[in-house]
Amino acid sequence: MIKTAGIVSGINGSMITVEFSGSVRQNEVAYVLHEDMRLKAEVVRIKGRRADLQVFESTRGLKSGAEVEFSGGLLSVELGPGLLGQLFDGLQNPLDRLAARHGFFLKRGEYITPLQEDKTWSFVPTAKAGDRVSGGDTIGTVIEGRFIHKIVVPFYLTLLHDVIHVIEPGDYTIKEKVALLKDNSGQPIPVTMSFMWPVKRPVTLYEERLPPVEQLVTRIRIIDTLFPVSKGGTYCVPGPFGAGKTVLQQLTAKSAEVDIVIVAACGERAGEVVETIREFPMIIDPSTAEPLINRTIIVCNTSSMPVAARESSVYTAITMAEYYRHMGLHVLLLADSTSRWAQAMRERSGRLEEIPGEEAFPAYLQSVIADFYERSGLVRLKDGGKGSVTIGGAVSPAGGNFEEPVTQATLKTVGAFHALSRERSDARRYPAIDPLESWSKYKGAISPAQRSQLFKLLKRADEIGQMMKVVGEEGTSLDDFMLYLKAELFDEVYLQQNAYDEVDGATSIGRQAHVFSIIFDILNTHMEFKGKDEARRFFNEMRQHFLDYNTIPEGAVAFDEKEENIMTLLLEHVPVSDRSCVRTLSEALVESDLDSFFRRSKMAGGIDKKDLSIVIKDGKSDEKNI
Amino acid sequence: MKKIYNRILQISGNIIAVRASGIKYGELAIVKTSQGKTFAEVIRINASDEIFLQVFAGGSGISTGDEVYFLGRHMGIPFSENLLGRIFTATGEPRDGGPHLTEALTEISGPAVNPAKRIVPTNMIHTGIPMIDIFNSLVESQKISIFTTSGEPYNELVVRIALQAKVDAIVVGGMGIRYDDYLFIKDSIEKGGAFGRCVLFIHTASDPVVECLIAADISLAVAERFALEGKKVLVLLTDMTNFCDALKEIAVVMEQIPSNRGYPGDLYSQLAVRYEKAVSFEGAGSITILSVTTMPGNDVTHPVPDNTGYITEGQYYLNNGRIEPFGSLSRLKQLVNKDTRADHRPLMTSMIQLYAFYRETMEKRAMGFRMSQWDEKLLKYGNLFEAGIMDLSVNIALYEALDMGWRILAECFTPEETGLRSELIKTYWPDICKA
Repeated sequence: MIKTAGIVSGINGSMITVEFSGSVRQNEVAYVLHEDMRLKAEVVRIKGRRADLQVFESTRGLKSGAEVEFSGGLLSVELGPGLLGQLFDGLQNPLDRLAARHGFFLKRGEYITPLQEDKTWSFVPTAKAGDRVSGGDTIGTVIEGRFIHKIVVPFYLTLLHDVIHVIEPGDYTIKEKVALLKDNSGQPIPVTMSFMWPVKRPVTLYEERLPPVEQLVTRIRIIDTLFPVSKGGTYCVPGPFGAGKTVLQQLTAKSAEVDIVIVAACGERAGEVVETIREFPMIIDPSTAEPLINRTIIVCNTSSMPVAARESSVYTAITMAEYYRHMGLHVLLLADSTSRWAQAMRERSGRLEEIPGEEAFPAYLQSVIADFYERSGLVRLKDGGKGSVTIGGAVSPAGGNFEEPVTQATLKTVGAFHALSRERSDARRYPAIDPLESWSKYKGAISPAQRSQLFKLLKRADEIGQMMKVVGEEGTSLDDFMLYLKAELFDEVYLQQNAYDEVDGATSIGRQAHVFSIIFDILNTHMEFKGKDEARRFFNEMRQHFLDYNTIPEGAVAFDEKEENIMTLLLEHVPVSDRSCVRTLSEALVESDLDSFFRRSKMAGGIDKKDLSIVIKDGKSDEKNI
Repeated sequence: MKKIYNRILQISGNIIAVRASGIKYGELAIVKTSQGKTFAEVIRINASDEIFLQVFAGGSGISTGDEVYFLGRHMGIPFSENLLGRIFTATGEPRDGGPHLTEALTEISGPAVNPAKRIVPTNMIHTGIPMIDIFNSLVESQKISIFTTSGEPYNELVVRIALQAKVDAIVVGGMGIRYDDYLFIKDSIEKGGAFGRCVLFIHTASDPVVECLIAADISLAVAERFALEGKKVLVLLTDMTNFCDALKEIAVVMEQIPSNRGYPGDLYSQLAVRYEKAVSFEGAGSITILSVTTMPGNDVTHPVPDNTGYITEGQYYLNNGRIEPFGSLSRLKQLVNKDTRADHRPLMTSMIQLYAFYRETMEKRAMGFRMSQWDEKLLKYGNLFEAGIMDLSVNIALYEALDMGWRILAECFTPEETGLRSELIKTYWPDICKA
């Protein structure tokens, strides 16, 4: 076959026009020859003998008339042992090895193979001559960190092949042949430990996709309790700048209970990636006693790196995630931020002079985002094992306005929504997930009844808080005031979490259940106070106890002492007749307790802020009635 | 032998087109008009060898018969130590009557830094402004913007920070600033005795709009070279909103599809390329960027402050001549304020919380609620805080400012009311007020 060649005829930013002869594939990878460099590019549109290519590098200094070589292949990543713990750019170049070669600055047209070719892996064969295998079937294993890494038949060999020969156990590099297969026509096919796979093609070599029912524990209380995420599910975290999206993502990467975390830093600040790179090797994961970096892959295309490679960075990340899922592992992919990727699409679309959609984003924005999130999932593999890819995408909405196209397109495709709010972050209530706006379709640690009850409480307390701003504390009834303080307590000591405290920063699911049962009892207990001052004092004291309690490691003597303190303090204000039921009867009690609030209040139907004047009136008449 | 093109196909705004072959993307050209010579830069090459150039001095007065010739190189700035103490235009022409510099040309807008070669910053930059030093410490290699509105003393603030910061070199990139402001910046630096470690690239409001973009790039290119030589560099960029407006103007002339309020879709990337030059090099110097973003209509959701906020590592809100404690944020402060003094973090939190209560009390008072004893205390605290800490004229070092904070607290509250830990109170609570 003759290689297709072309000549650059137009340049507009990262988009070039190429006149070619021969045949060209859509999304084919090509190289533009510039001086002594080969700049990687991808075909994005073909019209007659002209193709539009987006170059993954700066096109500065490129001349029209430069030669272009078409590779015939699609944009692909290399899959094999040795991906874990690495730092890649959007095209899967290992950045530390690039740095070792070129110093401070990124050099154009430099590509290094992602996997180290001289490293040996101790291979143990599992297939034998005479077996019939196809893409994705295991032929042997190596040990990568604490995982058994399955060496598989390349995914693209979809038909059944005969195994002719598998190599003896021993140490081999990824480039050595470990098996020899034969296809139907008798053609021998050598297999190594690594192979290439196109990034935009989902890996579907599993038996079936299962519903995401198992909870993914993030050890962040507000998520695990109120807005849970399932293994194989998807969620998004939109928020204005400064609301703590990235800190939340970093925290999740640190404490989520999964096998592997892949961080795709897409178009965001380089400094944040650096924090992760420098910090993760130092942190020892308590559950595995290994540095966190050993379970992490970082793909980074920060904001000042070429825009065209931003899109490929999320695909590079998801493809590696699917590869590890295929080994029966649970993978969490954190993409920060998908808005930057959408903006890269917008830039490209603008240069192609496509008809723009809303806010100049391309019309296909929604379907591209949906396709990406749909690559998540919990699957049953052919060997019976289970693996999952969970996707958590940060979204950076322009002006912090969730109505904008990227947030809306994302909301349609995810199973949980963790809305960060400016008000909460300004009030230093971290994580700034707004409990009144967020939602989750997944099942969490607490029952749906409990969950809906909590939402009711928070909603009602918010209304009371709004009202109190207008009528003051004096104009609020003691019952309303108590309900407000209960919700505040729940927010301050349970929903909020101090990311910088070693103990409070990550709460195990067991501890969450334990603490939740205590605080739930408090919320549901009827307490008696002489006045608002006494109530406020009580809740302040309670809060202080809980804040200390949250920072004491489980099992410490002080832990039980603090719990004692909390229960003693609580019982002081519970009428003697109710004391026995503090724990046992709580559920029934709460319902009636809360319901009575709703019945008593004429605003039970829920109010709008617009109707505030009516509220005041109602509030006052309410007071009189009592 | 250079080739001269004397048929200009198109002139629209600041963009001209000629037909030429073998031209590099981004190459610099010279347009010779009846008014003199001006630089132009290639910004697009079309399939029929049509070359679009952005003329630095603007399209006005260019004739279709004017000569254009290409230089075969990119925009650059002669770099040497001699730059210090000098003032230039945005394109590197002397503004101070000094000699032209010709040695060693450094290209502007170079490649991005490899993230693997960056290091986590650990040095605080002391500014003598308590609202920054205590509450939102400035960190070496940080990129941070002052969000403000026209009419606020933002230039006074940036210059003051520059003069008081202990850095080796200061690069000032003035973009679309008024001539008065330029003179003010120049005089203040001279008076402050810092001129010897300063270099200014000034684009005033009356200069051609294209040069506004160059001002930022040239400042950052120079800063990068100083940093590679091991210097700690502070870059002041005022005002980045003008930079964005210049981008908008050019994008519209190029018939790009606008995304939000007329700004081009790549506004974020354009800003990021500049701001991401802030860096701490492993084994060399660093670049810290302090910029000014004037918010049209004081609206933080406007595309310019909005996109800036997503890129920079925090922002200072300058409002009514004071740095607002709420909304202002230094994302990197956690990296440095743990190593200053044991009371820094808790005092910061406690003072800000009390100030928030004070604001609530002010609201309550405005609505005519009765003031309790606690409210009165808060009102006293608020006034002292605003006068002793928030006022921009206050100029004290960090430790002094922390002591001042303790004095204010002691004057208004009992130790328990501050919510500070007992051992801190034992160490720092001022003696005189204990009785």
